[in-house]
Amino acid sequence: MGIFDYFKSKAEPSSASVAKDRLQIIVAHERTKRQQPDYLPQMQQEIIDVIRKYVQIGSEDVQIQLDNTDECSVLELNVTLPDQ
Amino acid sequence: MAKIIVVTSGKGGVGKTTSSAAIGTGIALKGHKTVIIDFDVGLRNLDLIMGCERRVVYDFVNVINKEATLSQTLIKDKRTKGLFILPASQTRDKDALTIEGVQEVLEELSKEFDYIICDSPAGIEKGAQMALYFADAAIVVTNPEVSSVRDSDRILGILQSKSKRAEEGKEPIEEHLLLTRYHPERVALGEMLSVSDVEDILAIPLLGVIPESEAVLKASNQGTPVILETESEAGLAYTDAVDRLMGEEKPLRFLEVQKKGFIKRLLGG
Ligand SMILES: Nc1ncnc2c1ncn2[C@@H]1O[C@H](COP(=O)(O)OP(=O)(O)OP(=O)(O)O)[C@@H](O)[C@H]1O
Ligand SMILES: [Mg+2]
Repeated sequence: MGIFDYFKSKAEPSSASVAKDRLQIIVAHERTKRQQPDYLPQMQQEIIDVIRKYVQIGSEDVQIQLDNTDECSVLELNVTLPDQ
Repeated sequence: MAKIIVVTSGKGGVGKTTSSAAIGTGIALKGHKTVIIDFDVGLRNLDLIMGCERRVVYDFVNVINKEATLSQTLIKDKRTKGLFILPASQTRDKDALTIEGVQEVLEELSKEFDYIICDSPAGIEKGAQMALYFADAAIVVTNPEVSSVRDSDRILGILQSKSKRAEEGKEPIEEHLLLTRYHPERVALGEMLSVSDVEDILAIPLLGVIPESEAVLKASNQGTPVILETESEAGLAYTDAVDRLMGEEKPLRFLEVQKKGFIKRLLGG
């Protein structure tokens, strides 16, 4: 580590803390995906197919997520429609 | 009834076999009758690490196929009393292990042993799932590095959903984090994830931290489990981990940067 690296490392976060941040995000994401029921991908595909009968959208334009709270489960559906 | 402990990781080459050999030996040294099973079909290695490769006659698959009995197949360790090894098969047929076959062997071993250590193959597919299916406890071997930590989390997901305990809705598998190949110097420089970073992400109890150590390679060259190298930090760190596994309280050590003297460096401490 040269003297310049030393000064630089004060400004930039260390590579270990970058690693930790990235891991926390990906692991949280993968955990929610794991906890979702197996039927979700299939359901997502079918919803996409129905919307496509009326509007042309890409597969990525539909985001679907199931959130479980103590009281109830909420199915969150987010569809991005193309500009008119 | 034996306690079945799987040593698993997802990612390959992180230290599962090294840890299985060390921890199995450590448990036997405490007076518990222990068998270490090599589940790595096609890539048998535990025999080399334990130094018994020339005494392998039959293997795990022979027992499952009833081509040999367990007592013909188990290798008695020459150094440690009450320790046995069940070698993996060298067959290229990855489907040689079946759930029913494995169950039968584990049930028979359970009658005779106190602890059964399952050295898992790498990956999260069938081979790894077979090794963890019947486990009561899991030691998740992790290196302080992004892909290893992510794979450990994946294997935790499998332990929680695809194991026998999970499928039958029994009490979940006991989870233990074993952080290996730890470089305190690089952690101090901010180049490597620290113990607490990995604990924060995986959120399972820490069993131990094994420092990166030349003693591991030396021990494997000689076919000695590194826990028997009582002069080495890695060996002592494994001894602490076994003590904790048995419920003892032991402070962590070898986590600080040490100023190595010239002689110590030369000897590879
Ligand atoms: N604490 C350590 N310090 C230094 N080297 C280590 C340490 N732990 C393991 N190693 C080395 O890492 C390599 C892989 O170890 P090992 O075979 O135990 O991993 P594994 O997880 O069983 O691999 P595989 O996934 O292929 O079965 C070996 O060369 C071993 O000597
Ligand atoms: Mg191995």
